[in-house]
Amino acid sequence: MNEFIPDLKPASLLAAPGAPLAHDSARKHVTGEARYICDHARADGQLFACIGGSAIAHGRVRRMDLSRVRAAPGVVDVVTAAEVPGKLDIGAVFPGDPLFAADEVEYVGQPLFAVAARDFVSARRAAALAHVEYDEKEPVLEVERAMEEEFYVRPPHRIRRGDADAALAESPRRISGEVRVGGQEHFYLEGQASLALPEEDGGVTIHSSSQNPTETQKLAAQVLALPMNMVTVVTRRMGGGFGGKETHAGAWACIAALLARRTGRAVECRLARRDDMVMTGKRHPFVNRYDAGFGDDGAITAVKHVLAGQCGNSPDLSDAVVDRAMFHGDNSYYLPHATIDGLRCKTHTVSNTAFRGFGGPQGMIAMEALIDEIAFTLGADPLDIRKKNLYGGAGRNITPYHQEVAGIDLAGIVGQLETECEYRRRRAEIAAFNRASRVLKRGLALTPVKFGISFTVRHMNQAGALVQLYTDGSILVNHGGTEMGQGLMIKVAQVVARELGADPARVGVTATRTDKIPNTSPTAASSGADINGMAARNAARTIKRRLRAHLGAKHGVAEEEIVFAGDRIRAGGETLSFAQAADSAHRARVQLFAGGFYKTPKIYYDRERVSGRPYYYFAGGAAASEVLIDTLTGEYKLLRADIVHDVGNSINPAMDIGQIEGGYIQGVGWLTCEELKWDARGRLLTDGPATYKIPAIADAPPVFNVRLLENAPNSEETIFRSKAVGEPPLMLAISAWCAIRDAVASLAPQTGNGRVFPKLNAPATPEEILRTADEVRRAAGEKAKA
Amino acid sequence: MIRFLLNKEEVSLGDSRADETVLDYLRERRRKCGSKEGCASGDCGACTVVVAAPGEKSGALQYRAINSCIAFVGALHGRQLITVEDLEDDGALHPVQRAMVEQHGSQCGFCTPGFVMSMFALYKNRQARRARGVVPRREIEEALGGNLCRCTGYRPIIDAARQALFEMRDDQFNRGEAECARRLRKIAAEKPRAPHFHLPQSAREVAELLEKNPSARLLAGGTDLALETTQQLKALDEIICLRRAAELRRVRVCNRKDAVSEKNDGEKSAATMSATMSMKKARDKTGTHWEIGAAAPLGECGELLAGEYPDLAELLRRFGSAQVRNQATLGGNIANASPIADLPPALIALGAEVVLQRGAKLHRLEVEKFFLDYKKTALQKGEFIRSVLLPRASQRARLFAYKVSKRIDDDISAVCAVFYVETDGAKISGARAAFGGMAAVPKRAMKCERALRGRAFDERMLENAARALAEDFTPISDARASAEYRTRVAQNLLRRLQIELFEPETAARVDAYVHAERILAA
Repeated sequence: MNEFIPDLKPASLLAAPGAPLAHDSARKHVTGEARYICDHARADGQLFACIGGSAIAHGRVRRMDLSRVRAAPGVVDVVTAAEVPGKLDIGAVFPGDPLFAADEVEYVGQPLFAVAARDFVSARRAAALAHVEYDEKEPVLEVERAMEEEFYVRPPHRIRRGDADAALAESPRRISGEVRVGGQEHFYLEGQASLALPEEDGGVTIHSSSQNPTETQKLAAQVLALPMNMVTVVTRRMGGGFGGKETHAGAWACIAALLARRTGRAVECRLARRDDMVMTGKRHPFVNRYDAGFGDDGAITAVKHVLAGQCGNSPDLSDAVVDRAMFHGDNSYYLPHATIDGLRCKTHTVSNTAFRGFGGPQGMIAMEALIDEIAFTLGADPLDIRKKNLYGGAGRNITPYHQEVAGIDLAGIVGQLETECEYRRRRAEIAAFNRASRVLKRGLALTPVKFGISFTVRHMNQAGALVQLYTDGSILVNHGGTEMGQGLMIKVAQVVARELGADPARVGVTATRTDKIPNTSPTAASSGADINGMAARNAARTIKRRLRAHLGAKHGVAEEEIVFAGDRIRAGGETLSFAQAADSAHRARVQLFAGGFYKTPKIYYDRERVSGRPYYYFAGGAAASEVLIDTLTGEYKLLRADIVHDVGNSINPAMDIGQIEGGYIQGVGWLTCEELKWDARGRLLTDGPATYKIPAIADAPPVFNVRLLENAPNSEETIFRSKAVGEPPLMLAISAWCAIRDAVASLAPQTGNGRVFPKLNAPATPEEILRTADEVRRAAGEKAKA
Repeated sequence: MIRFLLNKEEVSLGDSRADETVLDYLRERRRKCGSKEGCASGDCGACTVVVAAPGEKSGALQYRAINSCIAFVGALHGRQLITVEDLEDDGALHPVQRAMVEQHGSQCGFCTPGFVMSMFALYKNRQARRARGVVPRREIEEALGGNLCRCTGYRPIIDAARQALFEMRDDQFNRGEAECARRLRKIAAEKPRAPHFHLPQSAREVAELLEKNPSARLLAGGTDLALETTQQLKALDEIICLRRAAELRRVRVCNRKDAVSEKNDGEKSAATMSATMSMKKARDKTGTHWEIGAAAPLGECGELLAGEYPDLAELLRRFGSAQVRNQATLGGNIANASPIADLPPALIALGAEVVLQRGAKLHRLEVEKFFLDYKKTALQKGEFIRSVLLPRASQRARLFAYKVSKRIDDDISAVCAVFYVETDGAKISGARAAFGGMAAVPKRAMKCERALRGRAFDERMLENAARALAEDFTPISDARASAEYRTRVAQNLLRRLQIELFEPETAARVDAYVHAERILAA
């Protein structure tokens, strides 16, 4: 063990322009003071809800007898579809998600009713007493079957550039393959939860663990047949979201609100872990097929992708998820000719939803599998094939959807990482290790990420903020973004502080509330700091302008000579504290609160013509992962990860590094240990942390080097020239998956005709690794005999 | 009355349900909401609290992290319960809290109280061991392996642990320790009187209580029993907690027959080992067996077993999490009769026996014969496991224990294979092989053993043994693995055994390789 010297300020933090401030709630997190939904002070007579769900995957409810539920001890109210006064369907974008199924059921766990009782256990025990009879129908549970039957939740869509068929026909070399990619449970540590409080006018206030307070508000209003101005949604923080609380937080808020309205009491609706895992959507599993042409030098000539996403029973966000998969079917590589088909397959499983990366990872991994296979075919190092095909250079910077790739130096990032992680030296060392080691094998891979930043639905790229300056000099900022751990609140506070030259400690942050900032977009698509930061800066600028005008007139100084810096305001010879300046302005009847608004410029996309600029800019990075596998059992260990990531000018490097490390490990989980399994009747088998394994502490690589790309301000005018960081790092984990394949490949001879390409799927569990290893050994054995 | 200290406050509970969990007590009754519920099954660690108890010999407080969601409040009698709300000292953060803030160890914050408490337990344990300086990463992993974080990727949490443990200094718990220990001893001196939660002090009392309340549930660690309340929502009306019964807690060296002699009761036994006694002292005792009390927490007896069988230490290191090991017991792991329990295959391979008690009668039974069918055991009504008799290591035989699971830490085996093998040159002269995850019960692979015994471990023998193994077992497919994978891995583990026996220079375990190569030190 080397000497460990605690290093509180790594050089990369000091080098960045923003300050690595601690998360605004860090102190409250470590003392247990930070309040989550179920920690709120209890109201008198508060009730607790539990949901009763379908026991079957597909069929009709013939009879539902809830008399024993109603009669159970402590039960106060029971609601079904019949008790919904307003709109039953809570589909966020398209219809298809009834709050309670009234007749047809389409997945195991689909809500049929909810019960409110005096405590959580009573509600749960009561819910188990329902007697439901079904007419069962055969469920569709596999993507392949849905593809065959063209059973879709939304119509297929195609991206096309050039003529892929013709180019493939002319390509010197061709490969085709398939890669299956599993889904992923969000496993936010705080399960779905809402607390609804009835208000005096028939309205309701809902505290919700939601990434999307506005939509939650809108849905609850529709369900209750109320105008939106009678429903307020409040989100102080979530115990993790990752996309799972974008649309899938809505139902529980609506149910809590409905029960609160009916009983006149506060109602907490939270899902026990098992219910959460069964009843809420996950990352879309995909079946991806590719067909690629390339030259002897490894340069890609054409690619055809078919990306089939398993959407579950309803559209939810799946149209956009599969679109994003298609938009990332190129990852970081120039495809002269490309056709990318996206299928939205319907299955009788819970509707899959947003999850960090939003389809991007599933599209990107198809491309990386394809590159690996090209490298294998040519006997080349996959890194050389990657570098050969990176976007860049004249005529090599147009995506299949016709957006120009600019503002991201992919070759620079990959080159820097290649050097810093000593890729070539380690490559040779690993080859030598593998020759000498019979059972354990190592693998190495370096993969890039290019991720488009903006909601692909244009109108969602807008945000609002409210900045308030009080007469004691304290500042309060509110905006539409929500805090789920990513550090959005501290980042926005830093933006406001910087704009006003104030100490960030002066800027208070509070809960996100729909009665402060209306009509907000979800905190999703990595957009939180980009759009809310800009809106907050605009609001702060307005206040600054007003203060300037006031102080300029008062002190007889030109407005532009008033300086906001060092937590002071200098007006000519006068230096004022914020309290003095605010009090003075207030006495002069100057408005000290301001709204700010922002909409992302330059973006447009014509879905009909499949062309445009859906993304304002690209974020990304690259990672090199090294793994060790046991070829007898398939057990593996991540040994080392090196990452270089482009966050532009970081607003807060500590938060950004946290997103990069956390995203990477979450991605590693998706591609290795996290495996969702259903039985033949559509019941989730992996319905708790005892069977569904997310990475634990020993899964973090012992060597973990993360660097922010230096001197790389965003070429677009984003907030302080920063880049979004929420989602892109997740896809850095594809390098770990490729490294596993690299290790498995070492089981076959490394030269000549004996080589075998390991057809690895995801997740690469020990079982999948052993299956692939056996396949490689078998094929290599047959080749040797032939 | 169940009486304990909630930090410094003395709590007396007369009205508690027998099955009230510590987490429910904290969150529902006291509305101390710092401890979080992430899973209510002991798998995520968000509810981690620390329980302090005076050590049997020294009287110094021992601090153990447990999952409060699967611990019953009755078992706190005579203990100090410390939660995340108690760590601040007059407004100043505890070193583990401060390190978590300074290293950016929290993001969403929901898992953070649990991490803080596990780190606090590690802090106190290192303090007790007078461990100073740099903490090996493996020690951090072992202490924090039962805490899941979905946000950070763990690196900053590891750094926070390093920082806090590096800067180690006395805290308010050191200052208050003598007073706290005195108060706890005073409580412990009184007999707890809870109507439905019994805390017998001796095996005889256990037997009597069980005769009077035949439907009462026996509680050892409770890491599985508690799931009946938190997951299946059953009510457990009457609980007999075994953890305070002297004979069920002790670990000692003895001869087989002593374990079932009339004189075998806790107070009179001179050879009783406390778990903190050094290995050397323990080894010096004469006797053919270890007698391990059925309710001795694994975390406490692990070190003793480790000295005897190094691979058993590996198995124990990967047994659940630190929180689970602090509660779980050898007796519970057997009585629970899970086909995927970690320790029964090892006990079967070693030819261990259980000492069963019913009334005043004691008798021995081979662990192998204890399991009748899926979750069915040879335990008679009114009978309980008093202890486990484990033969001491022989000079000639070696134990190889292989646990294969999806995740290396805090996971349940897909397959667990344990071989107890004697060699004679290139030949296997004796072999016992037991498997978990391959059948409805943990079981010996009789055909495979026959194929191994008396033969040279060559390719042909390996093939035969693998074939025999496939005849021994017809495993099932479930959430953890397919039947094919289970069989294939079980067979491949024979290959690993061959390598480890005859080619010790060949690395054949991922985890061991990583630690042996000191990759962690880089």
